[in-house]
Amino acid sequence: MFRQRHLLSLIVRKEVQIRYRGSIFGWLWSYVKPLVQFFVFYVAIGVFLGMNGRVDFFPIYLLSGITVVTFFNEAFSNGTRSLVDNAPLIKKIYLPREMFPIASMLIAAVNTVPQIIVVVAIALFFGWSPSVVSIAAILLALVIVAVLASGLGLFFGSINVTFRDAQSFVEIILMVAIWASPVMYAWTQVAQVIPEWLFVLYRLNPITAAVELFHYGLWYPLGPTNGSPLPDLWLYGGIALLVSVVALAIGQFVFRRLEGRFAQDL
Amino acid sequence: MPKTSDAQPLPRIIVDDIRKNFKLRHTHSIKETALAAIRRKPLTTDFHALDGVSFEVGPGESVALLGFNGSGKSTMLKMISGVLTPDSGKVLTRGRVAGLIEVGAGFHPDLSGRENIFLNAAILGMSRKETEARYEEIVAFSEIEQFIDTEVKHYSSGMFLRLAFSVAIHTEMDILLIDEILSVGDEPFQQKCLARVRELHGQGKTLVVVSHDLNMVSNLCERGILLQKGKKRFDGPSKEAVEVMRS
Repeated sequence: MFRQRHLLSLIVRKEVQIRYRGSIFGWLWSYVKPLVQFFVFYVAIGVFLGMNGRVDFFPIYLLSGITVVTFFNEAFSNGTRSLVDNAPLIKKIYLPREMFPIASMLIAAVNTVPQIIVVVAIALFFGWSPSVVSIAAILLALVIVAVLASGLGLFFGSINVTFRDAQSFVEIILMVAIWASPVMYAWTQVAQVIPEWLFVLYRLNPITAAVELFHYGLWYPLGPTNGSPLPDLWLYGGIALLVSVVALAIGQFVFRRLEGRFAQDL
Repeated sequence: MPKTSDAQPLPRIIVDDIRKNFKLRHTHSIKETALAAIRRKPLTTDFHALDGVSFEVGPGESVALLGFNGSGKSTMLKMISGVLTPDSGKVLTRGRVAGLIEVGAGFHPDLSGRENIFLNAAILGMSRKETEARYEEIVAFSEIEQFIDTEVKHYSSGMFLRLAFSVAIHTEMDILLIDEILSVGDEPFQQKCLARVRELHGQGKTLVVVSHDLNMVSNLCERGILLQKGKKRFDGPSKEAVEVMRS
């Protein structure tokens, strides 16, 4: 895998280059999209559903959570489809096939960069001053998502070759993912209504940990009066990283097992 | 001629009793599968694409794989390139394998000719340095210098094939696999490609060629292996192999 860095970088660069080929505003669109999404959610959930009153600095809270989930969604869903989309290559030329899900993850990471810039800009505007701990939290969250999405992408991508059902299944997982972690609401609202053991389970979700780490890094330093970081945040962050690494190992193992059949099943 | 491998102690390619079955599925959904199971119809039939084929190819040999459609030639070539794995038996290769199999598979229409050269060369296993060293040669061979910075989607099909072929044939290799590819482009370009393949052979590269152009193939290769319904029927001088096939 790492010996093929040259090929990997070329594939990633190709996708990044062609993303906005033939459009006048080009990369400006990657800044416009999160901004518009942000305003829509801000008005619909913040004003209409009244979340602005319940959570201080709700816009930043919302946007930082959305950034994490979007990165995960894009990396995971493109990783799942990557092998099927590159069928002509896989069928004709022998090359390391892990390349495709991993490249999808890296492309998603590159596409997330503008969105992170937008959040950080807004946070700075509201008086965010980064500390070492908050930056560490943000980086840990990104690593968790990258590793988890790669593992799941390898796993479902290799199954998707034979059973296209995987693709539909992944869509459902992703639909649930955005609501299964505190993106649109605060974790306190969940803790109030569910029993303790279920709340432990809720926090074991690696995406929840990643989202909360992002909140801890970007939103909490602003000093929201009615907000607090998730209990045992760093413990659950560590568990999330562990779960992600295990997911990557399983994904890699299943991928290796099924790899031999790719060329004939596609 | 097959005795060549005895003189050379280290063969380039060893194919040892390989078998490949394809399962032909008759049902494509749970509903169909259930119905077929109730009616006791067979769910799959096995198709023996290759059935116990063995041979060795020594360094510098040129081998033609002959046979009618469906005899397993292309499957054999995919096994050697590593795209397919055999169900049983072994395929061993020594050195770098490059395939002129469906050239242009890795091309992206929205990228320029130059970017595509680098991308495709990387897909075929070349490092950045190797590509840079051969870049001029690749462009010169394709004869499309003036369009090299144009996006590939604006190329004519002839230009596209020239560029794709040019990249593929300039990769670093010890074993070259060719599948039905010398029928692309116009007459002069075909001649040029053939000359290039001969030149590579002259440098001691090993060739494995699949083609239906029997005259061309028997001129290019010394040795012919005739496959019939997934089994090896003849292995010897290519001229004789063609005669056996035509009889």
